[in-house]
Amino acid sequence: MTDNLAISCKGLRKHYSDVKAVDGLDLDVARGECFGLLGPNGAGKTTTIEILEGLNTPDAGEVRVLGLSWRDSERDIRERIGVSLQETQLSEKITVYETLRLFRSFYRRGRDPEELLRGLSLEEKRNSRVGKLSGGQKQRLAVACALVGEPEILFLDEPTTGLDPQSRLQLWEIVTSYRQRGGTILLTTHYMEEAERLCDRIAIIDHGHRIALGTPKELIATLEAPHIIELTTEPALEESDFKTLSGFHGATRRDKGWQLRVDSLAIAVPQLIAAVDARGTKLETLSTHAATLEDLFVAMTGRELRDA
Amino acid sequence: MPETRHTKSPLFELTIYRLKEFIREPDAVFWVLIFPLLLTLALGFAFREKPPDRIPVGVSEGPFAQRHLLALKKSPALQPRIYPEREGREELRRGNISLLVDGGEKPVYRFDPTRPESRAARVEVDNALQNSAGRRDAFAAKEEHVTEQGSRYIDFLVPGLIAMNLMGTGMWSISFAVVNARLKKLLKRFLATPMRKTTFLTAQFLSRLVFLVVEVAVVATFAWLVFDVEIRGPVLLFCLLCLLGGAAFAGIGILVSSRAKTLEAVSGLMNLVMMPMWICSGVFFSYERFPDAVKPIIRALPLTALADALRMVMNDGFGTAAVMPQIINLVAWTLVSFAVGLKIFRWS
Repeated sequence: MTDNLAISCKGLRKHYSDVKAVDGLDLDVARGECFGLLGPNGAGKTTTIEILEGLNTPDAGEVRVLGLSWRDSERDIRERIGVSLQETQLSEKITVYETLRLFRSFYRRGRDPEELLRGLSLEEKRNSRVGKLSGGQKQRLAVACALVGEPEILFLDEPTTGLDPQSRLQLWEIVTSYRQRGGTILLTTHYMEEAERLCDRIAIIDHGHRIALGTPKELIATLEAPHIIELTTEPALEESDFKTLSGFHGATRRDKGWQLRVDSLAIAVPQLIAAVDARGTKLETLSTHAATLEDLFVAMTGRELRDA
Repeated sequence: MPETRHTKSPLFELTIYRLKEFIREPDAVFWVLIFPLLLTLALGFAFREKPPDRIPVGVSEGPFAQRHLLALKKSPALQPRIYPEREGREELRRGNISLLVDGGEKPVYRFDPTRPESRAARVEVDNALQNSAGRRDAFAAKEEHVTEQGSRYIDFLVPGLIAMNLMGTGMWSISFAVVNARLKKLLKRFLATPMRKTTFLTAQFLSRLVFLVVEVAVVATFAWLVFDVEIRGPVLLFCLLCLLGGAAFAGIGILVSSRAKTLEAVSGLMNLVMMPMWICSGVFFSYERFPDAVKPIIRALPLTALADALRMVMNDGFGTAAVMPQIINLVAWTLVSFAVGLKIFRWS
């Protein structure tokens, strides 16, 4: 069945002197799928994606890309994948079109740079130097450089980190339209909304381990609690104060308050307020939202994606 | 739009890319093109040819002082002046005059025989006074002066400067471009494409050679127009040597920058590599004064080989056979440094 897999890796391990960046990771990405590696900074996402891109070598484990191994078929794979690294700075003195033309020359077959610029709304910037572009435009150009070889797999490492909301939306559109052409995508991100919106399947990574795998819906369902209540009180509640709520599935301590996972807000919220009154503490804040991947991460690790 | 329009070779595109990157950096253009000209101009004027200086001599006041003065003035090599006795001795002691003649009827020459100029003054002064006193020369020798082109200091200097420029600009421009691309993760990004590693390094090499032609042409033309420095040997051989020299230093530039991760590190390495050549390779002064034991080492340095070969072709008019050892030297440096550099090159 490996033929249907765009990417597969087994038992991937990479240890640096002070940190186990990747520690026994298994992944299978099907063709035509958009697969997300979600995790906080330092979780091992970049090390993993760079090993899969053939830019880093694992200490142990097996990697196959398009059914080929990096050792035997490096150039063959390179012709068929497109890569956008996390922090590449393209030369500032070179224009957008010149940059794209250069990258086009590296591939045997590929797309017309002019057409690609139109598709990425960069045609107005065709003759601007890279140094004059905005962050979003630079990032679109970086993705254009990855797409110009008409790749079968597109690797994106934190494609929207540091971008404003509008640039982020534009980039999501590019990714979606590439998918519609039949492309496979592997991306890393620490934005849960990005993963939820773009990815068919997600692996949540923490400390070099895969701690969860599935579609965004499946993952959220593993919380077994569709609603989240966040509250802070003075003084703080004890876990025993709300353990007996109807439909209670668990809680995580956050600074002065708690994050509670429950089945039904209509039932749990009144009971919770009653519990606060019974305890005689003062309610400072209370908010609720539908469960997200972020909540899953918090539930599994006790930490948030962003601050980890 | 036909797709083929964009399928130029990666080597061509990378070379053009590098050239554009360079031309659009005004600082770099200054250092490569303008600075060598200013250096040539400054050194050329500092060491320009002057007519030989007249030797300053003094005559102490006395009854015959005026007669001696007139006699000495007839010599084109002397610049005589009358001093009071005491002041004359002071001037002699300070070295402002090379010899002091007593103002009496029988002249006394007062001078320091350990100073070559004073000994020359002794001969000139004696001749002038003897002739004026009625001495007849046995014969009049004809003089032939040999301050020729090709033997002036500026002739020695220009080939050395061309060689030194090729070293400096070649190594700096390549190593800064490479380390900068490494810092900005651009090398890593290139590594993620099917482009071959040799293609990238060869493009650095080729773009460098394009500038080299401009750079050498500018300095050589300038030296020819302003200082009358000519290429007496085959011009094609001169061009070949410049290309080989440029290639050798481009190779060494790649080698030096093959591992460095910061601009500071590569600057240090560059100075470490170039300093011995600035000192030993005879750019400004001949290396003949170094002990014989170290001369083979000095001659093995690429800058020495290039400067020597350029001088042989420009000043002495020698042909290919005479500079063959230097050609072999430069080719060897190119091949070895390029091969080792590629082997140990760090892409990320």
